[in-house]
Amino acid sequence: MARELTVPLLRLRGVRKAFGAAQALRNADLEIAPGEVHALVGENGAGKSTLISILGGALSPDAGSLEFLGAPYRPAGPREARNLGVAVVHQELALAPHLDVEANICLGRERSRLGFLIGQERRARETLEWLGYGHLDPRARVGGLGVAERQIVEIARALFQDARLILMDEPTSSLPAHDVENLFAVIARLKARGVSVVYISHFLEEVARVADRITVLRDGETAAAGLPASTPARDILAAMVGRPLGEIFPSIHRNLGDTLLSVRGWVSRPGAAPADFHLKRGQILGLAGLVGSGRSSLLRSLYGLRQAEAGETEMAEARGREGSGKRIGFLSEDRKEEGLALNLSVRANATLAGLARFVGPAGLLRLGSEARAVRDVCASLRVRYLDPDQPVGSLSGGNQQKVALSRLLLGDCEVWLLDEPTRGVDVGAKAEIYRLVAQAAADGKAVLWSGSHLPELFGICDSLAVMHRGAMSPVRPVQGWSESEVMAWATSGKADPA
Amino acid sequence: MKKLRALAPYLGLAAAFLLFAALGPAEFHGAYNLKTILTQSVIVGVGAMGMTFVIISGGIDLSVGSLIALATVALARMLNLRGDAVPAWLPWAAGAGAIAVGAMGGLCNGFLSARLRIAPFIVTLGTMQIFRGGAKWLAREQTVTAPATWLNGLMEVDPVPAWLWLAPGVWVLLGLAAAVAVILRYTVFGRHVYALGSNEATARLCGIPVERRRMLIYAVGGALAGLAGVLQFANLTLGDPTAAEGMELDIIAAVVIGGGSLRGGEGRAAGSLIGAMLMAVLRNGCNMAGIPNYMQNIVVGAIIIGAMGLDRLGNKR
Repeated sequence: MARELTVPLLRLRGVRKAFGAAQALRNADLEIAPGEVHALVGENGAGKSTLISILGGALSPDAGSLEFLGAPYRPAGPREARNLGVAVVHQELALAPHLDVEANICLGRERSRLGFLIGQERRARETLEWLGYGHLDPRARVGGLGVAERQIVEIARALFQDARLILMDEPTSSLPAHDVENLFAVIARLKARGVSVVYISHFLEEVARVADRITVLRDGETAAAGLPASTPARDILAAMVGRPLGEIFPSIHRNLGDTLLSVRGWVSRPGAAPADFHLKRGQILGLAGLVGSGRSSLLRSLYGLRQAEAGETEMAEARGREGSGKRIGFLSEDRKEEGLALNLSVRANATLAGLARFVGPAGLLRLGSEARAVRDVCASLRVRYLDPDQPVGSLSGGNQQKVALSRLLLGDCEVWLLDEPTRGVDVGAKAEIYRLVAQAAADGKAVLWSGSHLPELFGICDSLAVMHRGAMSPVRPVQGWSESEVMAWATSGKADPA
Repeated sequence: MKKLRALAPYLGLAAAFLLFAALGPAEFHGAYNLKTILTQSVIVGVGAMGMTFVIISGGIDLSVGSLIALATVALARMLNLRGDAVPAWLPWAAGAGAIAVGAMGGLCNGFLSARLRIAPFIVTLGTMQIFRGGAKWLAREQTVTAPATWLNGLMEVDPVPAWLWLAPGVWVLLGLAAAVAVILRYTVFGRHVYALGSNEATARLCGIPVERRRMLIYAVGGALAGLAGVLQFANLTLGDPTAAEGMELDIIAAVVIGGGSLRGGEGRAAGSLIGAMLMAVLRNGCNMAGIPNYMQNIVVGAIIIGAMGLDRLGNKR
């Protein structure tokens, strides 16, 4: 390839970094060409974020050689990295919400005369226009913008400060689909201007579309460097997990039982057409749809976290059940803000919704039997933790999610409403969550699984419905849907968009 | 680091005690002065027990000092209801009444912050003034004398009967601290207090009635401020609408020194108790060692900041 002949913009060799006893990076190589979009993939904990922090100047490596434009690259901090032309667009966006767009774009590069600020509105506006976001008002307060627009402001800031290399850490993880398209357009413009982009993502389809080359990290080492974008996803996954990928969807046989929950004329947000469906024991009903299509509203209203506009639900008679625990369980899509109390213990999080079970005489909790129940459920979910009393925030994302799921098991819930249950979870933990949910369904639970990742929905669910602007398509067996039909429903609300 | 944080209040108390024992006169570590110190920690300690609930749940209550004053005045007024011939039940009823006044005040705080969603700092900044004003109105802007009853003996360093050995108020505080520790660790309510402070959205998700719990927490905090008012009354033997001015800050400091986090989700009864005792040791020790008042202020301030510094270190990991 011609690109190989040019001097790389950035070259890393044998980079190492340890945090205490944990070796985050043991031998990372990376080479970025000018004007290239380079995807960095790997499971959670593979060292992607550490590598980004080193490139962005937030961390300094323990060993290894780093060259930027042929010269040794050892920034003392993010500021110096920025001055050299390397900017990071963070997962948690680093903007000042109280300042306006222009102030944020110019932040750190303000110009002044006699100590008074000189406005740079024209340049800020030009940068935004160039990114295709000329409609964004430089006077708008950043706090009032959506996630996608804030991201653009960060990218604009990087451009404004003459970045040669922009590092994007999971830029699409919280974006709705059409904003993802806009972001891809922005990336294409950056590339045309000769700016290189390092792109971290969990979504291999996205990577295949946007990246020129792909580097795979595994356990802090470069498992495959500079793969062409045409590499089959299966091979990339194999490099990520270090073994050929077995069947990640479980083949647990499930029998559909009697109807557990009937929903009639349900309107979860104003103006939407009413939805009717049934959930049977043993069923996993998938709910596809774009972000903002009303999947979350439906689940949240069914659970009672928000008021439904109209409609009724009916639960089948409980059978063989004592106690008054809630029969419906809900898993939030936002683990950090809502799903878990991160500084509380694994134990407290797991039993929070079902404490009544552990109340003994005199109204005191039986901590021993609580701990035993938590240990048992964590063992069956293969949660990796040290101690039930350790804060749940100290676990990895996948293990945190399993703790959130354990709440449904411990609460003995019969209907599981799962909102994006595998978001932010690595491949290994995903497979375990699939197994666990399939097992729960086989044990007679009814599951409503809301997700945005189609291969996953097709793999785990036995029937599927698609949401569009708050309305729900008819429920059909997954065999009755093709991916393009699902996309058609999701984008137009009709089976056939033509 | 977490372990160290949990031990810090005990180490701080031991260090302060040893320091004054070395610096100060021999009377400092005499049995009588130790009993005095314990007695001096009672009012702040009882208030701190209520504040422990509030702070763990992610709230704050600046009105407790005013509530204590209001409770002393209410108690004195009630004791005067039958003139000088005080029937046996009246001190009990008046004490319960003072606690109820505190609980009502706390409930107001809870209602305003939970139902009307005003920040608790603002709500209690306001009610701090309102309750103080209420106390002055109820007392006609002067101290309220009351007939002598057994209530006056609650804070005697040499108690009657002598076999109690410590002032009854000290026993009240110790029993209360044990009860709060049990409630926080072994009851559903206690678990909910931690959950609310750690992540309110999670608590709501798990079906906890968030608003009602918050109101209950402030009501409990207020009731314990009322109890602290009863003990303050015993100390003064009269109702004083200007009592306990600024004491809310000592109470909050005791909880924070004891491991409570103003971000919520953290705090312990034993820690708050030790925090209250540390404050009493500092004030008493400075007095005994003849350290001037301005130095006391500086030392207490430094200790509070040091405790918060430890808190940050512990959270950085």
